[in-house]
Amino acid sequence: MTIWHFLLGHLTWDSLVFVRAWRDPTTSEVIGGCAGGIAVLGAMFLFGLITVLGKWRYLWTEWMTSLDHKKIGIMYIVFAGIMLSRALIEAVLMRTQQAVAINNPGLVAPDHFAQLFSTHGTIMVFFVGMPLLTGLINFAMPLQIGSRDVAFPYMNSISLWLTVGGGIMMMASLVLGQFSTGGWSGYPPYTELAFNDGVGPDYWIWSVSLSSLGALMTGINFAVTVYKFRAPGMRWMRMPLFAWTSICTAVLMIFAMPPLTVATLLLAADRYLGMHFFTNTLGGNMMNFVNLFWLFGHPEVYILILPPFGIYSEVVAAYSSKELYGYTSLVIATTAIAILSFTVWLHHFFTMGQSAGINSFFGIMTMAIGIPTGVKIYDWIWTMFWGEVRFTTPLLFSLAFMITFVIGGMTGIILATPPLDYMMHNTLFLVAHFHNMLIPGMLYGVIAGYYYWFPKAFGFRLSERWGRIAFICWVPGFYLAFMPLYVLGAAGVARRTQELFDPAFRPWLIVALLGAFLLLAGLASLFIQLYVSIKQRHTTQVPVGDPWDARGLEWSMSAPPPEYNFAVLPEVTRRDAFYWQKKSNAAYRPADHYEDITLPKNSMCGVSVGLSMTACFFGLVWHTWWLSVFGFVVALGTVIARSFMRDVNRIIPAAKVAAQDRRWLERVGAAVPIPRQLELTPENEGLADVRND
Amino acid sequence: MSETTEPELRHAGLNLADDARELREHVESDVFGFWVFLMSDAVVFALLFAIYGTMRHATAGGPDAAQEFKFHSAFWETALLLTSSFSYGMVSLLTKHGRGRLWPLALLAVTFCLGAGFLKMEIHDFVTMFHDGATPERSGYLSSFFVLVGMHGFHVFSGLTWIVLMGIQLVVFGPDERTKVNLIRLGLFWHFLDVVWVVIFSVVYLQGLIR
Amino acid sequence: MLTGCSVLSRGFLAPAGPVAAAERHEFFFVGAVMLLVIGPVLLLTPIIAWHYRLANTKSAFRPQWGFSWILEGLIWVPPTIIVIVLAVFLVGNTVRLDPYRPVPLSRPPLQVQVVALDWKWLFIYPEQEVASVNQLILPVGRPVHFSLTSGTVMQSLLMPRLAGQIYTMSGMTTQLNLAISEPGTYWGENTQFNGDGFQDQKFQILGVSSADFDRWVSSTRQTPTVLDDKAYQNLSRQSVLPHPIAFGSVEAGIFARISHQTIQPGYVSQHQDAKSHG
Repeated sequence: MTIWHFLLGHLTWDSLVFVRAWRDPTTSEVIGGCAGGIAVLGAMFLFGLITVLGKWRYLWTEWMTSLDHKKIGIMYIVFAGIMLSRALIEAVLMRTQQAVAINNPGLVAPDHFAQLFSTHGTIMVFFVGMPLLTGLINFAMPLQIGSRDVAFPYMNSISLWLTVGGGIMMMASLVLGQFSTGGWSGYPPYTELAFNDGVGPDYWIWSVSLSSLGALMTGINFAVTVYKFRAPGMRWMRMPLFAWTSICTAVLMIFAMPPLTVATLLLAADRYLGMHFFTNTLGGNMMNFVNLFWLFGHPEVYILILPPFGIYSEVVAAYSSKELYGYTSLVIATTAIAILSFTVWLHHFFTMGQSAGINSFFGIMTMAIGIPTGVKIYDWIWTMFWGEVRFTTPLLFSLAFMITFVIGGMTGIILATPPLDYMMHNTLFLVAHFHNMLIPGMLYGVIAGYYYWFPKAFGFRLSERWGRIAFICWVPGFYLAFMPLYVLGAAGVARRTQELFDPAFRPWLIVALLGAFLLLAGLASLFIQLYVSIKQRHTTQVPVGDPWDARGLEWSMSAPPPEYNFAVLPEVTRRDAFYWQKKSNAAYRPADHYEDITLPKNSMCGVSVGLSMTACFFGLVWHTWWLSVFGFVVALGTVIARSFMRDVNRIIPAAKVAAQDRRWLERVGAAVPIPRQLELTPENEGLADVRND
Repeated sequence: MSETTEPELRHAGLNLADDARELREHVESDVFGFWVFLMSDAVVFALLFAIYGTMRHATAGGPDAAQEFKFHSAFWETALLLTSSFSYGMVSLLTKHGRGRLWPLALLAVTFCLGAGFLKMEIHDFVTMFHDGATPERSGYLSSFFVLVGMHGFHVFSGLTWIVLMGIQLVVFGPDERTKVNLIRLGLFWHFLDVVWVVIFSVVYLQGLIR
Repeated sequence: MLTGCSVLSRGFLAPAGPVAAAERHEFFFVGAVMLLVIGPVLLLTPIIAWHYRLANTKSAFRPQWGFSWILEGLIWVPPTIIVIVLAVFLVGNTVRLDPYRPVPLSRPPLQVQVVALDWKWLFIYPEQEVASVNQLILPVGRPVHFSLTSGTVMQSLLMPRLAGQIYTMSGMTTQLNLAISEPGTYWGENTQFNGDGFQDQKFQILGVSSADFDRWVSSTRQTPTVLDDKAYQNLSRQSVLPHPIAFGSVEAGIFARISHQTIQPGYVSQHQDAKSHG
């Protein structure tokens, strides 16, 4: 074995996407080359910009090594935004291909198209959905429950950097080698060596593993935080709904990530060690993978949807100036959904030949989970009843969610009926259904939460005008992009199809393509909104910290909050604690007594563990074993070294806390309280006019 | 969150009465968090058992359990591991009752030796099986056997590494708060591995020898 | 543009057999019930939001109202009842439309054995001792019983106007039952992605009279091609076929040998050749 073989593993010149595009300049390869080029140029641009602006030190000390849940949350969301851009462009490319490739090879070769749907799904689930909600929960939940941070800030940082590492690996697959063509679900035996002995499935296995390791740790972190770190007096039934959905999501993560770990590790055992878990021969059983994957996969989609449900609870109540209707029902419904989500996984493979009895059981459980979901929708509707509804961007998205999501619920019940699933499984009907759940359900909720909590995080509001523009793009865009797919699916059109042969499909696919472009415009509007809002921020400052006259503890401190969240941990006596404080004039009071606050010091350990594990897994993909060993040793070494550190905290002296609190209270005193009618004007400094009603 | 009982009454392995409240509360959540992690690990093992169960007959004409299992050594491995759990229990008690650092260190060493003995026997068994042609690549059944038992063995190996590290920490730091918390967590891990081994012994070895 | 409206005639909403027709019926039933379920949401959401908008000073404002037993009853109970009702129908239909359940027609079923390959479908008629690739010719009005396996990866046979799909897996046999009720040309496909030729893995189904079917069988028997192990190995190499192929005779028990994995599939040597040529 030559030194090069040892150093490079399976890497060759041909691994570079640019070399392949040069050697074989078909449209498909050139598109691939451009994508790789964008990834490289994008990274270079980013690094260059930071260097030119001299911001490396700032980024490192203020952000990358921070163990502050608020900053970690923001970093998750920034990361997800980048990955969302890529995955949405991939979607537009796929829609374009299908609209064009009718009795025609189109732009993108079958192999390339297969990579597109595989990366699109993998990125959207693991590197957009999970980070978005992890970021929002990270930011808001500790503030809501009256805690200074999550239970394990160091582990929080590790989770973040493992996830970012997985994203880096996904981006690397654009440049070096190729990604899997087996979809985001990676079914064997197609993904076994006998059918796919390239690096594709390995990229999938290891980037998903990075994400799932991070998610497992996040689940443990959030669960222990809600369980043990609530402020004094905050009993379970006094927590905001978003905190309830956070803990249910965390429990789902803890139980759902292990099946994924087992599925991917056993597939890796087949591919790397020649074992026979899922191979066609020598005793392998592919049905085990299907069961394992969906034991993960179904709770996963509830992980993706429960936090947005929590956001809708917060947002609808806040923008209706009303108490949330049916709090207890919502809690029962949330926990019911979490528990039931483990009893339905088989509906993802009704067609695998199980008996009618087994299929029926899982079909019924799947329908049963629709009951608590329906309860939630009605509870949000009745929250608006007898309220004073303001049509802000988050509320508009919530209304669009309520109307659009239930259509997806209807098609879900259709698919839950096994004989109907036999017809429409793996068709575009299924694709339309799950996007109908994810886009109006998850994504609109995330956008609403982003807009709702953004002022708290940064001290100024987002542009309402661009929020409306985004709304006008996202909502019709969704309908145009996906309603035609229901029709095509009912006509028997399979998913993951690179070319079609019936001209009757064309008009529907063109409408879907238009929808995809509108959705892309929606994403662009959100970026423009951010840019415009930053430029206009002097007109939208809300330093007092309560721009929406909302009810939870997270609104009871300055915007942005001090790094320790609360100068003094609150004593909670009832639900909607801050709202009642405002009403009884007990808000915005200085404390009798300030104490020293202990916070974790910044640490590079999270970055080190996350990125070195990424290097380790990258080495596994390319069989550069020295890199894997090196990465693992660095990661393990970091963990061990950290365990020997005793001086990991810093103390903020009571005098400093008192001074910061006093400064903020002076700002509060100088601010003018505003009624809701002036909420979106520059007069809103974050102080609400408390009405007596 | 109001507490009805003082933390030191809930932690058998620590003497917390004189420690600050915030410290005590953090210890509680640290240990609780580790329990939660162990539950996720339990799910992993449960799934590996389920896979093993479905693949028990997938021998593809190759060696099966009755042919390959060495009951004798499985019995002694069990004895070693269970005794190591007992010796670790002594480590916990000694730490709780403030017996300094030497006694816990000595019993940590005993635990290490017993655990290493377990691993040595297990590796020897595996190598013997390989020589007989019972390799994990031979059949789905053998793949699931080696991954299930091997995953447990890998956990034991990690535990042994951790024991060494805790020994070093006991020497360097003495039984301070962080060391004690980590000793509790290691103890939970070690006893958990014992429980998993008992299930392996029953489900894999005993069941495999019923013919 | 108008060609687009005909698209639903490609699928089960234009059924050509009793199984698909039953599924269409179930679809309309569940769809109608669900429209009743979501209808109130679609109405109440905009009405309540609009009526209680901030600018409407005439609407009542009760910010501390958050519970009502009557509403709770209405929110929990009717959906539960609807789910129970749907569940009853679900069980009945799942049993009735189980792919393994024979179609209740009085005539004896035609046996067809199906091997899913990359990227083609092999149909063996064991009683007629002929086989056909990418073309399925079936007699109208007679139940057909399929035994399916895969020669490669997991695949899924879907014939949208005739019956629901069923997975095919190597080393295992699944079953499907259907009947065609009117003569015509239909189509089938694989819906479980299996590589570069996936989109091309479609085939034509011809529903013909019994007499025409018998004629087709006897003329096919004249074809000199034989489906033996060697021909199977050739077929099981990864390729897309430009035209359907017919086999005039079939080696006995070949389907059993394929499903028990005793014939080495052609893609194995195909991959080895590709590797050795770099």
